Amino acid sequence: MKIEELTDTLKAGFEKDLLRVERHGERRLSVHIAPAAIVNVARFMHVHLKLRFIIASAMHTRKGMEILYHFSDDSSGNVINVQVVLDEKNPEIESLTGIFVAADWIEREMHELFGISFLNHPNLEKLLSEGNWAEGVHPYRKDK
Amino acid sequence: MGEKKIIPIGPYHPLQEEPELFKLYCEGEIVRDIKWETGYNHRGIEKLSEQKTFDQVFFLVERICGICSTSHPFAFANAMEEIAGIEVPDRAKYIRTIIAELERIHSHLLWVGLAGHFLGYNTVFMWAWKYREPVLDLFEMITGNRNSYAMFKIGGVRRDITGDQIREIGKVMPVIKKKTDLLAGAVMDDPVIHARTKGVGVLTREDIAGYAAVGPTARASGVAIDIRRDDPYAAYPLVNWKVITAEAGDVFAKAEVRLLEMYESVAIIEQCLEKMKKEKEGETGVQVREIPEGMGTGRAEAPRGEVFHFVVTDGSNSPVRHKIRAPSYVNIATFKKSCVGQTIADATISLAAVDPCYCCTERMAVAYDRQSGRKLYDGHEIIGISQNKSDIIREGNI
Repeated sequence: MKIEELTDTLKAGFEKDLLRVERHGERRLSVHIAPAAIVNVARFMHVHLKLRFIIASAMHTRKGMEILYHFSDDSSGNVINVQVVLDEKNPEIESLTGIFVAADWIEREMHELFGISFLNHPNLEKLLSEGNWAEGVHPYRKDK
Repeated sequence: MGEKKIIPIGPYHPLQEEPELFKLYCEGEIVRDIKWETGYNHRGIEKLSEQKTFDQVFFLVERICGICSTSHPFAFANAMEEIAGIEVPDRAKYIRTIIAELERIHSHLLWVGLAGHFLGYNTVFMWAWKYREPVLDLFEMITGNRNSYAMFKIGGVRRDITGDQIREIGKVMPVIKKKTDLLAGAVMDDPVIHARTKGVGVLTREDIAGYAAVGPTARASGVAIDIRRDDPYAAYPLVNWKVITAEAGDVFAKAEVRLLEMYESVAIIEQCLEKMKKEKEGETGVQVREIPEGMGTGRAEAPRGEVFHFVVTDGSNSPVRHKIRAPSYVNIATFKKSCVGQTIADATISLAAVDPCYCCTERMAVAYDRQSGRKLYDGHEIIGISQNKSDIIREGNI
């Protein structure tokens, strides 16, 4: 699917929740959405458009905790980033594990490194630092 | 039926080259569930990257993996060039492609050897590792290193491949092809290998979609995804080659895909060498003065699958955020599917079938004491310890 076609499909499907669409280069697109819509948008991407979930990147910025969910359209080489901004003090968002298992590890990792809560995740335990880091320490945050 | 017994594999186990703990929950011989603990190799590379300049990051990401050490710099270069809008000169594209494909050959040979070893077929292990050596010798000739070649920089490569070296690589390619024939025969026609790998550790297309698995793991289940073709970069669109797939999804199919991919890699390298011979000389890089603010997505097809680098820049000379996703991160999770229901003996080869790379999967060397919350070491102390050790070695006290 061409990137223009994809933008139109998303605009038509998620008019209310779509905040902004940015194009970077030939095969890259960023879609900013309201956090409450993440499950619907991700399901649409994975089930309807058959896109592959690559990974999610969390970022601690001035706006708050941002998460970019990266999806790959392997038929065209496009990468679509679905971007949400969460509240810095109490970052939480619905888990995507109900849609694809691939979200399991990365959500645990983001919970551990950034302190983001993923609601309805089946097992939100530490992934990398079992027993090594003190509780409440989120090393990838830019607190200081 | 009795209770489930736990059979641990790791954290340090002769089966694995790297630390990782798998707990197989078994009823008799059958694996009923599998759990794992990770983090033994976590080095906080994403965080370290934010403290390095772009030129230094290449050397850092090169050290994520000891086997596919060029795939991470490749993906990082793709990301940075996307941000800066740089078009790499043709000669640099060919050199990048040659390095990546030589690496694919030696990585696949390593896997074939290990797979043979896990099955108790040590002839294959000895052969594969023996024939991997000529490839490593080529790397030593081109770059000075057998691994971690330091060939990449933003906008090109750090070294040219000279006419003599082109001829030398050209001489080794037929040898690799011949030895691949030998190995393919030893693996594909062997009834014992068939018995041990066919129908073992099967992953369906639906499993691949759910786990978002990539690389030979996906291609062996009939999912034809390959970043080299799908999101073309470097010289891959300039040469002829094809994506290898198999349908069965079992361990045998994964071996078949990797063996056949080695022929494709040889073909890609030979075409790149031809084109380099024709052009004789050319630029191996462009001057890059500044990296603007922006975000870039870099992808490269490593021997194990898609490597994904996401970089955010702010106009300074180091990344603001650098997210790395290695192929094993998604491939290892498929164990839950491929091992459960198998016997213990088959579980080990199913674990090995995705060619797991743990140092890639866990990318801080800062340890905290849990009770006091005190830092045991910080980054500077660790560098200090390392420098002291180097001094002791230099003085010949070890």
